[in-house]
Amino acid sequence: MNTIWHLVLNGISSGAVYAALGLSLVIIYRATRVVNFAQPALALISAYLAYATTKATGSYWLGFAVALLAGTLLGVLVERLLIRRVSRRSELSSIIVTLGLLLVLQAVAGMIWSNEPHAFGYAFDFRGRFSATDLFAVSAVLVTAAGVLLLFKFTPLGLRMRAAAFRPEVAKMLGVRVGLMLTAGWGLAALVGSLAGMLAIPPFISPNVLDKVFVFALTAAVLGGLDNPVGTIVGGFALGIGLSCISGLVGPELVPLAALAVLVLVLAVRPSGLFGRTIARRV
Amino acid sequence: MPLRDRHAETSPTNAHFSSAVEMRPMTSDSSDTLLAVRGVTVRFGGLVALHDVELTIRPRTVVGVIGPNGAGKTTLFNVVCGFVRPDSGTLHWRGQRLRRHRPHQLAKLGISRTMQALGLFAGLTVLENVMTGANRHAGSGTVAALLGTAGSARDERDLRERALAVLEELDVADVRDALPGSLPYGVQKRVALARALVAEPDLLLLDEPASGLSSAEMDELVGRLRWLRESTTVVLVEHHMDLVMRVCDEIVVLNFGEVIATGTPERVRADPLVLDAYLGNAADGEERAGA
Repeated sequence: MNTIWHLVLNGISSGAVYAALGLSLVIIYRATRVVNFAQPALALISAYLAYATTKATGSYWLGFAVALLAGTLLGVLVERLLIRRVSRRSELSSIIVTLGLLLVLQAVAGMIWSNEPHAFGYAFDFRGRFSATDLFAVSAVLVTAAGVLLLFKFTPLGLRMRAAAFRPEVAKMLGVRVGLMLTAGWGLAALVGSLAGMLAIPPFISPNVLDKVFVFALTAAVLGGLDNPVGTIVGGFALGIGLSCISGLVGPELVPLAALAVLVLVLAVRPSGLFGRTIARRV
Repeated sequence: MPLRDRHAETSPTNAHFSSAVEMRPMTSDSSDTLLAVRGVTVRFGGLVALHDVELTIRPRTVVGVIGPNGAGKTTLFNVVCGFVRPDSGTLHWRGQRLRRHRPHQLAKLGISRTMQALGLFAGLTVLENVMTGANRHAGSGTVAALLGTAGSARDERDLRERALAVLEELDVADVRDALPGSLPYGVQKRVALARALVAEPDLLLLDEPASGLSSAEMDELVGRLRWLRESTTVVLVEHHMDLVMRVCDEIVVLNFGEVIATGTPERVRADPLVLDAYLGNAADGEERAGA
């Protein structure tokens, strides 16, 4: 019983990261029907910048702030400079561009900081069962997720972002600056993504450190419905707990296999996610 | 509805679309004209959708644009809205030429439009749908456009209250929390109208406002259009001759992309060209209106 409890707590803290990274995917998917495969790379670059900042100044929190800021900026730049140019052709073009960007940015990170892992500090004490660092991760993700949901539901910006996502042409006519809303969405998503990166990366940073986390985050988003932020957050925590239990009770080598099994099963049985609404949209 | 002069074109907040509006006033016929369409021609490949179309909309009138299917009525709306760029010809809004205006500038100019297909946001509640229409009152800088009306909670409440007031005016406030897809078509049409009205437009473009309505709803629409004329200007594209004849001050008849008649309902009704092109096939027209 004690073991189970331990595994669940463990799962909650890793699930928080999947939820946050999944949420960053959902924000962009909802607005543009594009899965941003470059998201882990954006988080990676901002985490490397945090690493450099912390190394230079000795302050973890200064690095943390740099990561969030750089992440947001990177999201904005990617939308303005790359995605906007290709998005008119088709959604597939954007998706392929994000895939390419993932490879390029990971390579660039390797060129600048080398492919060797560097030590990357935790925010707080990480020892013990459900440490201060775990608590920080879970609360930071919950606060951020609540913030994003409130923004979407209760602010004029959120209202216009949703309107722009549903019918960009009509939204334009009503005075919504659809392009600006898309940029804002990418910035917001990359902000959440870099938070996830900062929480997921310790203890070591290397160019491919986020690959596995990204697969789990994508699974969480598909599990909850790529359209559904709340579902994705729930899906992230559920997946975290589930994988932690599989790792502890069956064997850690089965974790990636289990995640892929979940992914295939959900896509086969309920492609719009366990909590997704089945609406046919924008065909 | 307080409409005019709250958003004088020269106010600094309108700077971002000033490039679209030539600030030099036009010398002729600018005093009593809200919107002027001059010699507009639109070609789609080899098809001439509009040919040398002239249209003059005076304030506080209801103007009907009629014509058989494919006559270019919706294309004309799309030109006014900036969705379609004319191959030649000009648009003048309040005497100033509109140059390369874009759809997102319409709200600021004071032009609202309803769509034939309604274009409601499926995932937003009725109230939220109407609230998106109130953008005219938001600031126009990048920061203001991001945060909405200065971003304060008070403005958010204002927006909500104005949207609710319009919903009440149209008797649909009771469904404010419903999603549009769950509502009957007639109610959805009112929601779409509310979304266009909440911006307090100076010019309201209605694309087939009567299609799909019952005769009772149609009577209501007639009353509503007459009431709207008190405060704003309406241009409607319509198949229902009955409605057009009852409410319009002026009618413009399009056929194969050309204006073949303009004038009061009586004059248009008596015009032999119109009889030939359109009214002669009235039964046919009715049929199509139902489709």
